[in-house]
Amino acid sequence: MSTDIGSRQDSPTQPRTRATHSAPGFWSSVWLVASREITARLRSKAFLISTGILLLLAIGSVVAGGLLSANPSSTQVAVVGSASAVVGQADGLTAVSADSVADAEALVRDGTVAAAVVPADDSLLGVSVIALDSAPMDVINALSVSPSVQLLDPAAQGGFLVYLVAIGFGLVFFMSALTFGSTIAQSVVEEKQTRVVEILMSTIPVRALLAGKVLGNSIMAFGQIVAIALLVAIGMAVTGQRVLLADLGPAIGWFAVFFAFGFVMLASLYAATASMVSRQEDVGTATSPVAYLVMIPYFAVIFFNDNPLVLGIMSYVPFAAPVGMPVRIFLGTAEWWEPLLSLALLLVTTAGVILFGSRIYRNSLLRMGGRVTYKQALRG
Amino acid sequence: MLEIRGINKHYGAHQVLTDVGFTVGSGRMTGFVGANGAGKTTTMRIIIGVLSADSGEVLLDGTPLTDGDRRRFGYMPEERGLYPKMKVGEQLVYLARLHGLSPAAAKRNTDDLLERLGLGERAGDLVEALSLGNQQRAQIAAALVHDPEFLVLDEPFSGLDPIAVEVVLTVLKEHAAAGAPVLFSSHQLDLVERLCDDLVIIAAGEIRANGSRERLRDQFSTPRFEISTDADAGWMRAVDGITVIGFDGGEAVFEADSDAASQAVLREALSRGAVHSFGHLRPTLASIFKEVVQ
Repeated sequence: MSTDIGSRQDSPTQPRTRATHSAPGFWSSVWLVASREITARLRSKAFLISTGILLLLAIGSVVAGGLLSANPSSTQVAVVGSASAVVGQADGLTAVSADSVADAEALVRDGTVAAAVVPADDSLLGVSVIALDSAPMDVINALSVSPSVQLLDPAAQGGFLVYLVAIGFGLVFFMSALTFGSTIAQSVVEEKQTRVVEILMSTIPVRALLAGKVLGNSIMAFGQIVAIALLVAIGMAVTGQRVLLADLGPAIGWFAVFFAFGFVMLASLYAATASMVSRQEDVGTATSPVAYLVMIPYFAVIFFNDNPLVLGIMSYVPFAAPVGMPVRIFLGTAEWWEPLLSLALLLVTTAGVILFGSRIYRNSLLRMGGRVTYKQALRG
Repeated sequence: MLEIRGINKHYGAHQVLTDVGFTVGSGRMTGFVGANGAGKTTTMRIIIGVLSADSGEVLLDGTPLTDGDRRRFGYMPEERGLYPKMKVGEQLVYLARLHGLSPAAAKRNTDDLLERLGLGERAGDLVEALSLGNQQRAQIAAALVHDPEFLVLDEPFSGLDPIAVEVVLTVLKEHAAAGAPVLFSSHQLDLVERLCDDLVIIAAGEIRANGSRERLRDQFSTPRFEISTDADAGWMRAVDGITVIGFDGGEAVFEADSDAASQAVLREALSRGAVHSFGHLRPTLASIFKEVVQ
C-alpha cells in the first residue's frame, strides 16, 4: 500500500486545504539542525572571545618564533686596527671601529658591543677577543675555523623545533576538541533538560538530530582549526620563515584532515555520553571518559615526541592519530601511504562510533531523572 | 482517521500498556482520560513515534504511519519546553521548517500564530524572558506553527490561565471543524466533558471504555429522572414503580422501573401544577470515570 503523503486520500466530506507540507529529506533536516547549532555558537560571547584568544595565541607564537630566529643574525663587536679585516670576513659579526684597545674595552664595558676584537701578534689568527664576564661563544665561533662535517643520515628537523611543533599540534587538538566537545555535550543536555527534545524527536528522526548537532559543531571546530592554520601559514610567510613553512605545510594540511574526521568521532561520543544525564551539573562526570581520550594524545606527545615507537603507535590509534600522524609527517618519518592507511582506519572507527553513539543517544533522550546506565542505553 | 491497534509496551518487568486500541475520528475531538501513571503519555508518545511499542500498530486511514505522516502531526508533550535562549519567533520558524515548511511559509505562520495568541510583540524576546503564561502560549504555538493536520496534545490545559484555556479551546475546535482528528489528554474531567465528541478512558494500561460521549453516557446511565415543579413533590413517594432518591420542595430525583412509570409521574405532576423541567438524568463523566476505573 502506498505511504506517499501526496497520494493519501482524505475522506471526501472533510477536504484538507493545507498544502504547505513537503516532508524535508534527511539531509535537509540535518542541515537545519546544524545551522541552528552554528547560529547559536556565533551568538555566544564566550565562543567569540575564546576563539579570539586562540587566534591571538597562534599569531603570537609565530611572531615570537620569527623574532627568535631573526635575532642572533648579527652580533656587534668593536674592532681595532687590522682586526677589522678578520672580522669583515666572519659571518654574523658587525664591526664597530674603535681607535684604541682602551676605547674598545670601554665599549665592551658599557655594553655597546658584545666583545672587542683586537690585533694580537702571538695568536694564530692574528687577533684576540676581549669580553666582559664570559667567553662570547658566538663571536668565537664566528672567528673559528671549523672542519667540514658530513652527515650520513641527517635529521630533517632540529630537536627543539620538533618539540614546539609537537606541542603545537597537541595543544590545538586538545583545546579545540575539549572546547567543542563540551559545547556539544552541553547543547545535548540543554535540549534534554528543557524538554524541547521531545518536540524535536516527534518532528525529525533522532539520527538526523544527532547528525545535525555533530555536523554543526564539527564545522565550527574545523573552521577554527583552518583559521589557525591559515594564520600560522600567513604569519610564517610574512615573518620570513618560508623554509619552516615549506616543512610544516604538509603536516598542517594533514592535521586539518585528520582533525575533521577525528572530531566527528569525538563529538558523537560527547553527544552520546551527555545524553545519558538530565542536568548540566552532571555533564562533566558523564563526558569525562571522552575527555580522557582527548587528553591522552596531548600528554603523550609532550612526553614522547622524541620516541619513534610511541609516535608510530599514536599515528595509528584513531583518537591519537590527528596529533601523532602530522608530527611524524613533519619529522619525515612517515611513508607516503601511512597517513592514508591511518585515515582509512580513522574513518572506519568513526563510522562505528557513530552507530554506537546514536544507539546510546536514541535510547537515553527520553529517560529523565537519574543517570542512564550503559546497559540501559545500549539495550534500549 | 487515526487508528491505534493492539499496542503493548513494557519497561523492564513492568507492563505499561496492554492491548491498547481505539480510534480518533477525523473532525472529532477525542478526550483521553486516566489517572496519573495509567499510560496516557506512553500511548501518546507511541502514536507520535518518539517511543516504539513492543507490538501493535498505529494506522492513518488504514495504512501504517510513516515518519513523513508524523511531520503533519502537531504534538504537545506533557513535559513542556523550548530553547530558553532562543528568540520566540526564530524558534517557531525553526520548528516549522523542521516540519517541512518553506522559510516564507514558516515566517508567515509564525507571525499569524503569535498575533492570534497575543504574543505578536514578543517575537523578538528570548523564551526565558517571557512570563510563565506567555511561555505556555509559545508552547501552544510550537505545536501548531506548521499547520498540523492531526493534533496529539498531552495535558494541553494544565498550567494555563483561564484566558489561555479559552484560546486553546478555540484553536482545537477550529482544527476539529476543519476535519482534523484531535486527541488530547486531561485531568480536568469537566473540561473534557464540555469539549469532547469521543472519550477514551484508560486505567492501569488498559482501555476501560471508549466511544462517543453520548453513547458512553447512555451506556452508563441509570433510569434516573429529575423533575422540577412548583408544587410540593412529596406525593411521588406513593407512585407505583417509582423510588424517590431525593427531593426538595418542588424538585425531585427519582428512579423509575419503566418508561411508563416515569411518564405517569410527569402526567400526574402536570395535573397538579406547572412543570418547569423534566428529564432523564445522565451520568457525568466523573461518575462514569469513577465507575470504569474501579
